[in-house]
Amino acid sequence: MEKSLDLINTRIRDGDARVVTAEEMPAIVAELGEEGALKEVDVVTTGTFGAMCSSGAFLNFGHADPPIRMEHLWLNDVEAYGGIASVDAYIGATQQSETRGEDYGGAHVLEDFVAGNSVELRANSRGTDCYPGRSITTELVLADLNQAIMVNPRNSYQRYDAAANTTDRTLNTYMGTLLPGCGNVTFSGAGVLSPLANDPAFQVIGSGTPIFLGGAQGMVIGEGTQHSPKTGFGTLMVTGDLKEMRQDFLRAATMTGYGVTLYIGVGVPIPVINLDVVRSTAVRDEDITTSIIDYGVPSRDRPVLRKVTYAELRSGTIELNGMEVRTSSLSSFRKAREVAADLKHWVEEGRMEMVLPVRKIDAAKSARPMRVTTHTPLVREIMDYEIVTITEDDEITTAAKKLLRGATNHLTVLDREGRLTGIVTTYDVTKAVGGREGIRYVKEIMTRHVITTYPLEPVDVAARKLKRHNISALPVVDPEGKVAGMLTAIDLGKLIGRRETK
Amino acid sequence: MKLLVTFSRKKGREPIIAKVVLETGVLINVERAYIDAMEGEVLIDVPDEDYMRIRDRMTELGAIVSLLEHAIRRDEHECIDCGACVGVCPQEVFSFDEDWKITMRDERCVICGKCLPACPHDALSLVQ
Ligand code: SF4
Ligand code: SF4
Repeated sequence: MEKSLDLINTRIRDGDARVVTAEEMPAIVAELGEEGALKEVDVVTTGTFGAMCSSGAFLNFGHADPPIRMEHLWLNDVEAYGGIASVDAYIGATQQSETRGEDYGGAHVLEDFVAGNSVELRANSRGTDCYPGRSITTELVLADLNQAIMVNPRNSYQRYDAAANTTDRTLNTYMGTLLPGCGNVTFSGAGVLSPLANDPAFQVIGSGTPIFLGGAQGMVIGEGTQHSPKTGFGTLMVTGDLKEMRQDFLRAATMTGYGVTLYIGVGVPIPVINLDVVRSTAVRDEDITTSIIDYGVPSRDRPVLRKVTYAELRSGTIELNGMEVRTSSLSSFRKAREVAADLKHWVEEGRMEMVLPVRKIDAAKSARPMRVTTHTPLVREIMDYEIVTITEDDEITTAAKKLLRGATNHLTVLDREGRLTGIVTTYDVTKAVGGREGIRYVKEIMTRHVITTYPLEPVDVAARKLKRHNISALPVVDPEGKVAGMLTAIDLGKLIGRRETK
Repeated sequence: MKLLVTFSRKKGREPIIAKVVLETGVLINVERAYIDAMEGEVLIDVPDEDYMRIRDRMTELGAIVSLLEHAIRRDEHECIDCGACVGVCPQEVFSFDEDWKITMRDERCVICGKCLPACPHDALSLVQ
């Protein structure tokens, strides 16, 4: 059984199309059956409102007099890409301000424009015979621009991984604040309302599909970057006119410690043309699963802690390792509902008609990881294999001698089995000697809570540990628990030397 | 009710809280405390009906007592009802209502500050 798109559009034009949101659809299918639902429902509207980092807009400013070919330009101190003709630029949502850091960025520029605020454009150029202008500074509002066309390379993920953190410190990530010891789980996506979750096979969503974007009528360009429907992570590239967007559906945000991002509302109407569409739009939160990923592991292939459904995530708490853990959503379900409801009105009022894809999106693709041709340095390549060790029960004077003789600033404290129990630095010894009387043994001055690295850890990750804890060395512990060496700030210096001389 | 008690140690080293508990027989719950050599700031929770008594006695003993109400503030224009604050607050101040809007039980807030950086929209602030 099928229903023609013409019939649906005729009904839309006549104002008697039956339009429902994706949240309402499962109950309708349960009540009327699949065939009944196909007859009854013409369009299902979806919606999502969440952080979509991969967003931005092409702007055209018009020509100044004397004309300038803008090479480098900034909007409220946020750099925009000027490598496209003389007065065009692309402003990306995550680019940070050069003066305000992560508090202000490309997303804020977009929001300021949409809110009607004025934005300072600053640009420079080397000057050419045809474009003699070399610098310009001006205040602009959105109405001053000829075009402001949002083009978002990757929006509307089919679903997102949820996040938790097994380490013992708080992590600030693009998945928000992750409390230590799996103290919370964060997730994103509108589940039942999510556009691609309602058409995972890309039957009716494709190039040319009309959509809701930031409050304006936009369009799907085609597959988004990182599009990986085979693994359940399809994405869309979308476009819309920034000049028609509303602040209600376009909001700048800052993920503390990560940076700027844009929250934007995206909704896709799905014409119910056959039973396959009925089935895919009958999807419920219970049917959409995702994985909780451990963000405590700083590598691309982070371990999955468990599988979970959106119904569980949205319930407020889930069970993780036998504990009740609270969940936080990063995207707004209330706003996702507003998007789907607005879109529903548009279709009901005949303001948007349905179009089948002018070009289909590949539903079997999967994204590949980056091919890295240069080698990522590992700790074992630059660590110091010569370590000077001591035991807890040695006297401080022994430590002082060892430090002098070993020409090092760090002593590794080992127990009888050769396991690491602490670390003593030149500073600890000096302080003990110059300080209060009666301190005699290493165990009285050593640091017991030692931050360590391991031979196969990427140097960049180890360097972050040094910086974060404000320390100068990390003992390198091998898989057997033995201390294999020491990584110091000096070793890192060697690496920088090596990179530069290449 | 939550009270913020600030005292300076210059005025002697009397254990104000212990003393007030003994004298009044009211059980005081200490939610948070910052104390250093010279001064202290303690956030306490007391039963509503005993609030006046406790406040007056502590003031007599030289402390500055202020009632903490609506310490956490949410800018409703900035808030988009995402829920990023929900899971990080140790006091379960935030929750969703049936329309997926955020509601707050702000009387539970112990001004720990955890939710502030967790809000992507900079909608939360603590009243000074
Ligand atoms: S300050 Fe702390 S207790 Fe108060 S609402 Fe925020 S997280 Fe909760
Ligand atoms: S995290 Fe901020 S924006 Fe999100 S619901 Fe809480 S207060 Fe609102």
